[in-house]
Amino acid sequence: MKLGSQYSHPVTMQGNLQLKLGPFELDSGEFTLPLQGITVLFGRSGSGKSTLLRAISGLDKRTHGQLRVGEQIWQDGRRALPTERRHIGFVFQDAALFPHMNVRQNLNYAVKRLPKGVEPADFDEIVERVGIADKLDRRVTFLSGGERQRVAIARALLGRPELLCMDEPLSALDWRAKAELLTLIEEVVEAYRIPVLYITHAPAEVERLADRIVFMQEGRIESIETLQQALSRVDSPLFDEQGAVAVLEGEVQPIESGLRPVKLGEDTLWLSDSHEIHKSKVRVRVVARDVSLALSDPQSLSIINHLPGKIVELVPESEHRMLVRVALRDGQRLFAEVTTQSAQRLNLQVGLKLFVLIKSVALAE
Amino acid sequence: MLEIFGTQISLAPIWLTLEVAAMTTLVLLLLGTPLAWWMAQMRSSNKVLLEALVALPLVLPPTVLGFYLLIVFNPTGPVTEFLRFFGFEGQLTFSKTGLVIGSVFYSLPFAVQPLMHAFEAISHRLLDAAATMRASFLDRFFTIVVPLSQRGFLVAATLAFAHTVGEFGVVLMVGGNIPGETRMVSIDIFDHVESLEYDQAHILSAMMLIFSLAVLMTVYGLNRRFGVKVG
Repeated sequence: MKLGSQYSHPVTMQGNLQLKLGPFELDSGEFTLPLQGITVLFGRSGSGKSTLLRAISGLDKRTHGQLRVGEQIWQDGRRALPTERRHIGFVFQDAALFPHMNVRQNLNYAVKRLPKGVEPADFDEIVERVGIADKLDRRVTFLSGGERQRVAIARALLGRPELLCMDEPLSALDWRAKAELLTLIEEVVEAYRIPVLYITHAPAEVERLADRIVFMQEGRIESIETLQQALSRVDSPLFDEQGAVAVLEGEVQPIESGLRPVKLGEDTLWLSDSHEIHKSKVRVRVVARDVSLALSDPQSLSIINHLPGKIVELVPESEHRMLVRVALRDGQRLFAEVTTQSAQRLNLQVGLKLFVLIKSVALAE
Repeated sequence: MLEIFGTQISLAPIWLTLEVAAMTTLVLLLLGTPLAWWMAQMRSSNKVLLEALVALPLVLPPTVLGFYLLIVFNPTGPVTEFLRFFGFEGQLTFSKTGLVIGSVFYSLPFAVQPLMHAFEAISHRLLDAAATMRASFLDRFFTIVVPLSQRGFLVAATLAFAHTVGEFGVVLMVGGNIPGETRMVSIDIFDHVESLEYDQAHILSAMMLIFSLAVLMTVYGLNRRFGVKVG
């Protein structure tokens, strides 16, 4: 990986890493990962997400195995390229700001250590975008949790990383700060085009951010899937007590009579959420339980979202329920959960054209 | 010579004491820092042995330590021979060099323990964060570890200095009692008492008492204000 290459086509990370920490053992297995967009490392606590990320960053000297990023070898057996030469940025759960420096000094720590020949990032622009321009002379001990993470993100960006690692950056924050930071992370990734490895165990964060997901269990990488692949599995580990979920991507339109239209191909989804949105594309989260099916387009109904679609799969579930996978006209898919009885009454079959009625939709938060 | 309340006090032991204590403190900071860092990072059970070894001078009678050093410093022994090979002249026993080496061992726990506690209190995440910003090990040590363990260094230096000033047994065993050469204040007091010169002994003892009290108050003051751990 060469410095300043982040605008060319993505580099690939290939490896097989081991790290034993007391009773816990990371043994990733062979993996290949294109470094592009946001890759989420997902799994229960204790599944080895953080350990894998530390092994990838070279932060634990006991790591061994193989790791290659592009043409560069990061780990070969016990021999490791030191972290300081991997050109990565790291945002920790607790921000890890240097307590004996103020905000500006923390940021300059990264700037001062840029290798020769690397153009420094635009300090003012980053500080402005991250929203800490008025806090540069503060002591870091006087910052709130959200502010600390903002500084940590700015500091990581100022180091001009070619890979940004984030280890549960939001877990210590309240919901409001969480929502703001999620938007910020999205914006930053889009603006600077830095590939990100992001750890979380919150499905909502995955649905909002992930392009790709690395599923981990008991110290192993179970599978690497795109978000759509992961959501198309009926037994996806991303589904929690809410049941199956679909994430649809659409284009944002200007607000009309208090509602936010989101274009899905030629069809439109209406969101009651009229927040300001700075992006052209958004992800919308649809829970299978909020989706009903109708054979004709019902006009006299309070539900505003009716979309035409076609059944692509029927999956029987327990307790006389059934998951129906429906493809919309633009090819995106979602789930509807119905009772077996309704399925028989409507004579649901693969290939049947019908209408999906969505009781509530929300922007992926 | 200095006259206090009409009593003649020889200044040579005082200067020698200060000189030996300063050199010991310097050597202890230079050697104790890497040792304390290494110990702070240790996870294995070897750490227990090492901690015990470093703490040994706290419980060992100083004469025991002095006796072993005297044996090791033997002018015809391997250690002296080894130093001769590098151009060292003179001998280790009954010399200032020997005094400093002896004091380094004797005051080791007073420098290493505060440093180790200070290092242990530093979150590893900070060093990890610095590494991702391309700081090398030494860079991280001097820009993160040292500033964050400032108080630890201050306590280590103060205690090492004060403890060396107050030593007696090791000095007597290794250095002997050569006026102007190895006679330090503590031995000077002993000497005065033996010769029934109580006035001199009083003045020197009072000076030591005030000095020690001042040092301890400084350390505990730091402790209170900045939460420095001692011992």
